[in-house]
Amino acid sequence: MTATEQLYERMYFIRRFEETLLDLFSAGKLVGTTHTYIGQEANATGIIAHLDPDRDVVFSNHRCHGHYLAFTDDAYGLLCEVMGRADGVCGGKGGSQHLCNGNFYSNGVLGSIVPVATGIALAERERGAGAVTIAFLGDGTLGQGVVYESLNLASLWSLPILFVLENNFYAQSTPSALQIAGDITARAEAFGIETAHLDTTDVAVVEREAAQVVQRVRDTGRPFFLVIDTYRFSPHSKGDDIRDPAEIEERRELDPLLVAGARLDEATRGSLERACEERLAEVVDRALAAEAA
Amino acid sequence: MEQRCAQVLNEALLEIFERRDDVYLLGEDVLDPYGGAFKVTQGLSTRFPDRVLTTPISEASLFGVAAGMALRGYRPILEIMFGDFVALGFDQIVNGIGKFREMFDDQVTLPLVVRTPMGGRRGYGPTHSQSLEKLLLGVPGITVVAASECHDLRALLSEAVDDDEPVFFVENKLMYGRTQRRPENGYVDGLRCVESDGRYPSLTFSGSDAGGGSATLATYGGMLPIVLEAATRLILEHELFTEVVVLGRLHPLELEPVLESVARTGALVTVEEGTRTGGVGAEIAARVQEAAWDDLHRPIERVAARDGIIPAARTLEDAMLPGVDDVVAAVMAVEGVRG
Repeated sequence: MTATEQLYERMYFIRRFEETLLDLFSAGKLVGTTHTYIGQEANATGIIAHLDPDRDVVFSNHRCHGHYLAFTDDAYGLLCEVMGRADGVCGGKGGSQHLCNGNFYSNGVLGSIVPVATGIALAERERGAGAVTIAFLGDGTLGQGVVYESLNLASLWSLPILFVLENNFYAQSTPSALQIAGDITARAEAFGIETAHLDTTDVAVVEREAAQVVQRVRDTGRPFFLVIDTYRFSPHSKGDDIRDPAEIEERRELDPLLVAGARLDEATRGSLERACEERLAEVVDRALAAEAA
Repeated sequence: MEQRCAQVLNEALLEIFERRDDVYLLGEDVLDPYGGAFKVTQGLSTRFPDRVLTTPISEASLFGVAAGMALRGYRPILEIMFGDFVALGFDQIVNGIGKFREMFDDQVTLPLVVRTPMGGRRGYGPTHSQSLEKLLLGVPGITVVAASECHDLRALLSEAVDDDEPVFFVENKLMYGRTQRRPENGYVDGLRCVESDGRYPSLTFSGSDAGGGSATLATYGGMLPIVLEAATRLILEHELFTEVVVLGRLHPLELEPVLESVARTGALVTVEEGTRTGGVGAEIAARVQEAAWDDLHRPIERVAARDGIIPAARTLEDAMLPGVDDVVAAVMAVEGVRG
């Protein structure tokens, strides 16, 4: 499989996994909550492609399924976790937002993860095995004070941590204009942290930039703050969307699957998609049959 | 050799650092020559410069940083300069430190220690004098240990660092300057002293060798000298014998020594420096009446601070915080004696 095909396949699987979750919710086969990643798949896929899951660490947030699948490829463990099955990666105790598997962690309180990821990066700096820690943040997280304490610590102590800010322009229902003042990258720069800003849904662009950024963190042992402007097509959670449908439709033209899919011939794309559908169907069947936690 | 408690804790830290190379200490102003606001870390950064990190004033994040280190196999000790500042870390404590192990299905442990001094009587005022242990008692997944001047502080801190659970190791500002008083031949200041088993032992003092008496006084930490003084005064001035249980572990609450004592005395008075409502005493009282109703011959009394601020003026502070007179009065009330 070519790199382009791999990235597309990974994004497609994440997309269909999340859509399936929403379907299962609608069918009453899931309870609780989920925060889908639909529309943002290029970020997790392009960045995590450059991590070594045996060495590097990811700390994600409430919208963590895409990161989790890109890092672990453990669809069955995740679906069981969300469905409250005993085979869930945390035995059903964590649910959608609270995952742990090897070097992957997530937690559901916005901003709360940033100091913990910073501590992980400190531990990894001390261990000296060259691990990069990634903390995934959203624009909504920028309202939390601990983010800035952690940026200060990461720079002060020279920690090998990459802060990825996936800016989807909405904190739940609140648009950026009502919750963010000033310039986002300037916030990190003020702490002496290098930054980069992408405005793209093209996984190839994310992947190229991430290759350099991840290597830069590994080489310098210094923090880096990467902002990616993105968009989520699905509601914040489920059925709680008050955005203008026209705005969402307009953004759909930049759907990362459309952008990346256009680079594949139809037969290849079809065959990748079919393989994903088959794998997903099997995962769903197994999870539905699995024992309750 | 007589040693002040701060010095004992300081030597314990040096020993722990010598013994384990996975231990780090983080805190504000902990580097030499300053050596921490209460000097407990004096000398540590000189001996172990790579493992003692002085930090910005960022408590809200530092709890998370310690959690992150612990998740990755290190054993950080976080020094929080004043117990009051633990309040800044509550998101990390409630939504992270207390939860990670269980919500991640035991895939992780969090072997971290938070050391912090609680307590007033130094005129520091409303935000630097509180005893906030009760807030930590409501958090599942953490262990709260209360150090006192009669505990083996060296062993207590060492056990906390070796513990795989997150431990809040509560020290006391007045205790730092007081002499550690270990039982000699089973006695402290003429009171018989029995230590329970386990990592974080409780101490049971009794005025008579036979044990028993008018009431059990259950307390912890910095209240120890006050309660022991009250116990002595009750003997000398009122001929009332009591037992004093000084708890080593507040959460999960080690109840057994209290129950054993209540079985002998038939009455319980809880004594704490923190405010009364929802306090440590309330939890002890609830559990003792659940477990030992038949042993109780009197209603349980609670001695605590009034629900309010701790004023800065020493006279007002003294009026606010429970003292020897309050403890004596509570025992007299239990006895049905009006003094």
